Amino acid sequence: AMLDPDRGLSLTIARVVQRLQGSSLHSQLERQARVSLHKPEIKLESLKEDIKDFLKTSGWEKKLQNAVYSELNVFPSPCHPAAPPEHIKEPLAYMRKAQGSWEKRILKSLNSMCTELSIPLAQKRPVTEQKELLNKWNEMGTDEPDLSLFRPVYAPKDFLEVLMNLRNPNYENGEQPSFRNHLGLIQVPLKVKDIPELKEDFSELGLSIGQLGIDDSAQVPPEFFENEHVRVGQKVLAEQDSAAAQQYVRQGCPTALRADLWALILNISNQPEDILYYEQLKSNVIQHDLLVDSLIYKDVKLTASNDDYYFVFEDYLYQVLLCFSRDTSVLEHFTYSSATPPKSYIQGKLGMEEYAVFYPPNVNYNSFILSVAPLCFLYHEPSKLYQIFREMYVRFFFRLHSISSHPSGIVSLCLLFETLLQTHLPQLFYHLREIGAQPLRISFKWMVRAFSGYLATDQLLLLWDRILGYNSLEILAVLAAAVFAFRAVNLMEVTSLAAAEAVLADLSTLKVMPLLQIFLFATVT
Amino acid sequence: FRIMAGKVKWVTDIEKSVLINNFEKRGWIQVAENEDWNFYWMSVQTIRNVFSVEAGYRLSDDQVVNHFPNHYELTRKDLMVKNIKRYRKELEKEGSPLAEKDENGKYIYLDFVPVTFMLPADYNLFVEEFRKNPSSTWIMKPCGKAQGKGIFLINKLSQIKKWSRDSKTSSFVSQSSKEAYVISLYINNPLLIGGKKFDLRLYVLVSTYRPLRCYMYKLGFCRFCTVKYTPSTSELDNMFVHLTNVAIQKHGDDYNHIHGGKWTVSNLRLYLESTRGKEVTNKLFDEIHWIIVQSLKAVAPVMNNDKHCFECYGYDIIIDDKLKPWLIEVNASPSLTSSTANDRILKYNLINDTLNIAVPNGEIPDCKWNKSPPKEVLGNYEVLYDEEMAQSDGPDHDLRSRSGQSTGVKGSRARDSGKPVLTTWK
Repeated sequence: AMLDPDRGLSLTIARVVQRLQGSSLHSQLERQARVSLHKPEIKLESLKEDIKDFLKTSGWEKKLQNAVYSELNVFPSPCHPAAPPEHIKEPLAYMRKAQGSWEKRILKSLNSMCTELSIPLAQKRPVTEQKELLNKWNEMGTDEPDLSLFRPVYAPKDFLEVLMNLRNPNYENGEQPSFRNHLGLIQVPLKVKDIPELKEDFSELGLSIGQLGIDDSAQVPPEFFENEHVRVGQKVLAEQDSAAAQQYVRQGCPTALRADLWALILNISNQPEDILYYEQLKSNVIQHDLLVDSLIYKDVKLTASNDDYYFVFEDYLYQVLLCFSRDTSVLEHFTYSSATPPKSYIQGKLGMEEYAVFYPPNVNYNSFILSVAPLCFLYHEPSKLYQIFREMYVRFFFRLHSISSHPSGIVSLCLLFETLLQTHLPQLFYHLREIGAQPLRISFKWMVRAFSGYLATDQLLLLWDRILGYNSLEILAVLAAAVFAFRAVNLMEVTSLAAAEAVLADLSTLKVMPLLQIFLFATVT
Repeated sequence: FRIMAGKVKWVTDIEKSVLINNFEKRGWIQVAENEDWNFYWMSVQTIRNVFSVEAGYRLSDDQVVNHFPNHYELTRKDLMVKNIKRYRKELEKEGSPLAEKDENGKYIYLDFVPVTFMLPADYNLFVEEFRKNPSSTWIMKPCGKAQGKGIFLINKLSQIKKWSRDSKTSSFVSQSSKEAYVISLYINNPLLIGGKKFDLRLYVLVSTYRPLRCYMYKLGFCRFCTVKYTPSTSELDNMFVHLTNVAIQKHGDDYNHIHGGKWTVSNLRLYLESTRGKEVTNKLFDEIHWIIVQSLKAVAPVMNNDKHCFECYGYDIIIDDKLKPWLIEVNASPSLTSSTANDRILKYNLINDTLNIAVPNGEIPDCKWNKSPPKEVLGNYEVLYDEEMAQSDGPDHDLRSRSGQSTGVKGSRARDSGKPVLTTWK
């Protein structure tokens, strides 16, 4: 049933108010209001107005605005008030079911690993071990525990298989497969955008608009665009306006301003209570040993330690990820995620909620790892790094690891990619399909990792600027298609999947913004 | 210059594929040392022999070698420091503003080498300095060795007893240059990234010292220690913490053969710009270029500017946590061994670009040429300093721009102006 817009608005307002009421911002505002009572400009007759003015001029109103904006960005609009909570997680029943089965599979795999290795999912660490870990906190990378028996719970291609097998039971497509049908791997009828719609959505990437990643190259005098863009960025930061920042970064962040701009958009200010929270997570890590810790450890060793850019930050990755898997505030995002976290209890404390540990449904950590690593180029303070990562995860990256119908969910991204390719490069698409090299088989790993580990870091950051700017992951699918378009000539000549993989093996020299711009705005459709 | 027919004949006594592949791809012909050769890529031992008084070697105009006869004025740790100290004193005597000192008596623009003494010659001077800061750490380096060999750290005078002339138990240490050491104040506050210490390796090509013409290779790299850095005294003996030489790190447990513990300089730049800001990053890189040029200017007067010679140096620089760069040493024979695939590619390209500048067009050289290659052949090199061009700008250019503002040059991306662009203090 369609929701009347006024009703929808008041529901949204009610929800935002409810969420902010419990927050530290609320208590800070209260405190500020109380403090202001001592000020001479606050008069009893016009108390309410005067306090409001005070909050405005002291910048507190702006902070509130940013918090509201953040809430609106993250949480979806409510659907009909009578809709059950599952519908906020995922409106389509068959998707929910598929996600549920996938989770069961993962949990089963985890449990059997525990049984095989005789290790509990979670246990309290003996005191000596705790001391040791505390000493080693900043250099966990030098440990070499025996991890040979741990295997990754699943590989990206396993997840892809699950997505390929998704079917909408209510959708009957009796036609024979023909060139009019979708010939890709994803066979669910989700709505995805076409190029005209994408051009509108991503209008700031247009040819006549200045971009960092294109118009700041060495051949372009900085007076043309770069200097002014930097100036505007500094102004946005001075105003501390989240919404303005989000609009601004669509044209890319100057490197020196990026860390602050992203923090502003994600509404992360690293207050003392945030630092305290992080320290608490750290002590949870010290006190309890989780099976997934070993999986994290192994995955970091396999991925980041071997990466040309990220190996330096290996130790930060352990810190962030070990804390993350114990962070119950992440549980909140499950209300709008199709996933449900499997829960386990510290050994011997079954059923006691304070000893519950949850497992993020994606225990395939190498995707996680690669989404933390680029952030190390921006934030070197552990608690800030942690918060930025957590916020990026609950806003964006979780959608890459769970089955849902959301436009930024991995299923939609895959379908968007395939549709773009089939529509605009049909010859290439058919050729690759004919030789057994379905394009999605190659591009899936790029998208599921948001291109981290494939692009040069500076290019990756320019791409993620746009993810934040447009509050959507769709750009990943567009870039994937643009990469295929760029290498089309070579791809037309290959005759096997392996050869196609080889053509697309090295993306480290690609410049993402020109690719995106050409694909969206300069390709004859 | 005359173009001579025939292929370049080359010799080398360094059997490295990155060299040989480059010679072969130019269609050059390998010959033996005693035959007529045009190009000899020598080890430092060989250059000593070639230019020694006894050898009476005379190079002809069509012969090029890859070292200056007395390169050790720059590349031996003790002589480098001696030359820089001499250079500073000379500038001071002239009243040059470059030699200006601050209120603590430290050179403002020329303090880029950590306090260094020769042992045993300056032992007493060292002790005086040591006692001013008894908790400091010092690094002992043998003058004649490379690759981190024989280096150790000390924080107590007793640890270098044998260099003390007063010590009764010391055996008389031979004054021969082979056993001389330098002792330098150890930089115990290096800039750390990911908690790890690193140093910078930059390649600098000098084609002539007078006038000074030098090029900086854009693709330098950072070498990381595999173990977390700690200034703690208990780890002074752990060379994996303190020495970044790949030759040492390669044997650590955590050494990785894919990336080899290295970062490109552009990664470093991205990281610093993102975490520290653009101005301080530009300033850092400006300073790095500055100290390299100053070190070359310091030795230029004593260098034998033989027209048959060019040299590609490996500069080792450490950045401290205040973003000040320090010159640690200059290598005459930077390693051509490749520790990873990326490394191999880098060194191959380095030699390629070096040869394009030193042996123009890959043809038989004529050492009377003006050593001014067109900018198209520079490859990944950029002009670092060209004395001839700088002089045509006016006599005070050095100082004028040194205290001037950064023009916002984008690091090592050269603009298409044909002028030297790396330094903003032109």
